[in-house]
Amino acid sequence: MTMRSLVVGEWKDGAIADATLRVIRAVSERGVPVDVLTFSSVMANAAVCVDGVERVLLASDDVPNPETLAAFLQHIASDYSMIAASHRTAGRAALPRAAALTGNAFLADITRVVTAQRFVRGLYAGSVVATIESTGATLFATIRTSSFAPACATGGEASIVALEPIAPFTATVLIDRQAAMQDGSDLASASVVVAGGRGLASKENMDTLGTLARNMGAALGASRAAVDAGYAPNAAQVGQTGKTVAPDIYLAFGISGAIQHLAGMKDSQIIVAVNKDPDAPIFSVADYGIVGDLFDVLGELDAHARATGDAQ
Amino acid sequence: MTMKILVPVKRVVDANVRVRIGSAGGVDTAGLKMSLNPFDECAVEQALRLREAGVASSVTVLTCGRPVCQDVLRTALAMGADNAVLIDTANASPDSLGIARLLHAFITADTDTDTDAYGLVLCGKQAIDDDIGGVAAMLAALLGWPQALNASAMEAAARGWLVTCGDDAGTATWRLDGPAVVSADLRLAEPRRVTLPSIVKAKQKPLRTVDASTFNVPLGTQIRIVDMAEPPVRQPGIKVADTTALLGAIGSGRLFQNVGA
Repeated sequence: MTMRSLVVGEWKDGAIADATLRVIRAVSERGVPVDVLTFSSVMANAAVCVDGVERVLLASDDVPNPETLAAFLQHIASDYSMIAASHRTAGRAALPRAAALTGNAFLADITRVVTAQRFVRGLYAGSVVATIESTGATLFATIRTSSFAPACATGGEASIVALEPIAPFTATVLIDRQAAMQDGSDLASASVVVAGGRGLASKENMDTLGTLARNMGAALGASRAAVDAGYAPNAAQVGQTGKTVAPDIYLAFGISGAIQHLAGMKDSQIIVAVNKDPDAPIFSVADYGIVGDLFDVLGELDAHARATGDAQ
Repeated sequence: MTMKILVPVKRVVDANVRVRIGSAGGVDTAGLKMSLNPFDECAVEQALRLREAGVASSVTVLTCGRPVCQDVLRTALAMGADNAVLIDTANASPDSLGIARLLHAFITADTDTDTDAYGLVLCGKQAIDDDIGGVAAMLAALLGWPQALNASAMEAAARGWLVTCGDDAGTATWRLDGPAVVSADLRLAEPRRVTLPSIVKAKQKPLRTVDASTFNVPLGTQIRIVDMAEPPVRQPGIKVADTTALLGAIGSGRLFQNVGA
């Protein structure tokens, strides 16, 4: 069996994505050589500098659709014992497809690498932590990036290997991509997250929370209930079926704390909950809880944040 | 030219039940309330709406599992699905690829020329028990069909489907030409309530059982759970009186670490 790992790279804001650096760190814990798949020469030239990368594969000059990416991976899978990507849209779509094309298994959202063939991931919205052993030729897996530190983006000396182009899959065509209006910083990598639930009671109030997030340099998150009520965009959803975050500080305003929400934020270092219901389940995971009017706390924190900003 | 829709579903521990590790070291599901996977319920609803709009001629629901799983098929039939199929996997526990292979074998074997062909497979974006979300893309791969995952809106297009999917930063709309596999987010379609008369009527609808072994596909043994545990419990925190006390407890330097950054 060829013992190498391949990471499907992502490019964000003119650099190798932080998520990709974290996946590289995760798979390097397997103790076998790590290669990175890239989609432009600029990206390849950045990837060769990432610490711990041995080879950079240059696939094409355009990020392919998931079906074409899967066909790419099928082509090179036999060189690898593991092919990994971050647990984001592209990897979640292409990796299981590539796994099926090559007759291999797929695992989602790995939170720990135990050995080259053993991994940890959650079941039942994180209520159960399972250790899983892979015995197939190539394991395809997405990685929970908040569970791993990023690899250093400098210090590496990888070589670039250009891949032969393949015929694109043309029955899937991207028509339109719409970014949601976003307050504050990027949710997935933010060190402080301010999140709102149904207790916010309106989109206007969620927008006010977004202002607090911006003034704090934090990211805005939301519970599913708040997203379903139209207070916040889908991309802001934290939880079992949304994003998983593990910031330094997670401030939950008017979030009751359903297990599906806790699944997305319970690895945060400090959890603060503000809720008028003293029996809200969120208080069972919160390090600091305030039982009271969330709008009072919101306003006071905003005043402090502005004062701190003005003092700088 | 119309088509049939296939909705693969899964029977899972109900979303409101908290599972525990039993004395045998695995999840003890005995006596727990079981339900139709919530994402699959949305897929059934969307399929019914497409049939009601005249896009499809019929909706077939299918599950892979033991005979006990018939209850979720009956739920889907009560919602309005036309017929149901149980692929009986007996004591096998197929992984995602095993399920995708069974579905692929079922679709390719279903060559009854008296009815329409399957033009759409619509399923939930993930099962809430194993939280993997692999089957839709795996099945699309085996069929060679286009795929769209985590769909929040969809409509029939001239040559296939227009599907809007949740993305990392917003939404993306894809055009899928020809038959396709689409997985449903909870926002795709809110499931209708099942009425008592429809439950009674569902008992008369066709539910066919097929032995998984007749498809002669490997059910997948490349991954194996070697240990299950409950995650460490977070130590209970403290209640603080107000914002001032909170700032004192955390430290405003830490709380406002990014201000002005």
